Amino acid sequence: MIRASHSREHTNREYEGELRRVREHLLLMGAKVEDIIHGSIRALTDRDSMLAEQMIAVDRKINQLEMEVDELCMQVLARRQPVASDLRFLTTALKLVTDLERIGDLGVNICERVLELNGEPPLKPYVDLPNMAREVQEMLHEALDAFVAGDIERAQRVIARDKNVDAYYTQIFRELLTYMMEDPRNIFRATRLQSIAKYLERIGDHATNLGELVVFMVKGKDIRHAGKLGDNS
Amino acid sequence: MTAGSNGKPETAAKLIVRGLTVFYGEKKAVGPVGLDIVGQHVTALIGPSGCGKSTFLRSLNRMNELIPGCRVEGEVRLDGDPIYGAGIDPVAVRRRIGMVFQRSNPFPKSIKENVAYGLRIGGIGDERDIANRVERALTQAALWEEVKDRLNDSAMGLSGGQQQRLCIARALAVEPEVLLMDEPASALDPIATAHIEELINELSAEYTVVIVTHNMQQAARVADYTAFFYLGELVEFDRTDVLFTKPNDSRTEDYITGRFG
Repeated sequence: MIRASHSREHTNREYEGELRRVREHLLLMGAKVEDIIHGSIRALTDRDSMLAEQMIAVDRKINQLEMEVDELCMQVLARRQPVASDLRFLTTALKLVTDLERIGDLGVNICERVLELNGEPPLKPYVDLPNMAREVQEMLHEALDAFVAGDIERAQRVIARDKNVDAYYTQIFRELLTYMMEDPRNIFRATRLQSIAKYLERIGDHATNLGELVVFMVKGKDIRHAGKLGDNS
Repeated sequence: MTAGSNGKPETAAKLIVRGLTVFYGEKKAVGPVGLDIVGQHVTALIGPSGCGKSTFLRSLNRMNELIPGCRVEGEVRLDGDPIYGAGIDPVAVRRRIGMVFQRSNPFPKSIKENVAYGLRIGGIGDERDIANRVERALTQAALWEEVKDRLNDSAMGLSGGQQQRLCIARALAVEPEVLLMDEPASALDPIATAHIEELINELSAEYTVVIVTHNMQQAARVADYTAFFYLGELVEFDRTDVLFTKPNDSRTEDYITGRFG
């Protein structure tokens, strides 16, 4: 296994500390993002509006952390002129926070739909939606673990799972369509649920981005848009 | 033909180094080194003190022979011509492969005579010819505009950065093909350093430049190719943009990220 996190420490300990601070901030942000996804889905299944409100508040902390990571990265870039693995780590960090922040926003969107749904009687028991949410949460969790460990194989497994999420979305969409065709009064709730499925699908895409960024950070090889830009090897 | 890292077309190897090993007495200082130095590009040699990079640089124009007890094995070819071997005049080699040192070392003569020195030694006596060549060399060294009105003043009155550019002009006056530079900016302030770096970039349009530097950011800024030396060994040689973003060898990684210590 190739590790991105260096076993050797910097000769300059202050520099080492700055890089560690970026890493810690990123992980804290990742944990908060995991919380928000987990909480938003529980708010849906438990019809817990209070929890949904709490999760929306967590997003403000995520946004705060995003700005802090950006600031820390800028400082290190300006003062240390990092190269090689340090440079790849920092440029990855700058992109990673954007994906994490977007996931947080999508978590907020889920909570907003949950609040709307909780004003109505439940449409149906949820089966696929919690399963889809679990798949997405695991992808996110694994992507963050792959980042910490600099583990390419784990990152690639995350990327491979995105097709499961897409399959869930197609399945859920089809099912909700039948509810809507059955009775137009279902449309308000069904479209909310469909939006939630779409948000989860987008979170899966962001988790996939995280996996791709980890591969770049470790190997220095950009695997995004593979086969979509023509031959850019 | 593929584009080089600086957008210029890839040129063939100007200097081909094979199995080059340098000894000081019984002790091996560096080698064996195998390396192709691409023409009309800048190649930087980096590595910690004592890694052999300066010794390697000096062996490229047979400067090491001036050091007692120094012995060189292996071969260096300039456009296919061996520079080591029986019957090859080191002075003729050094005319084709010039050198600039860390400390500017102008002669205690006028600005003009500093640049003209190599020409006169080389047998050029025509004053008009010398004046033209001096102007051209000073222009190439980006010094002409600053000194054209005081060519007969002493070179010792120039600033450190100007003195170093004067030494570059002196090296260029004899129209070498390759310019070796041993930490040419390490004794200069940031602005004078920026002038020298810009100059190196301009010179690489016409000359092949090999530069030793302790300043890794400088190598990253000026060089098209970078060679990393460590403990007398050439560890890694690659395009600068590759070496500073994804080096192959963990020793290169440790050195350029500051993990040696």
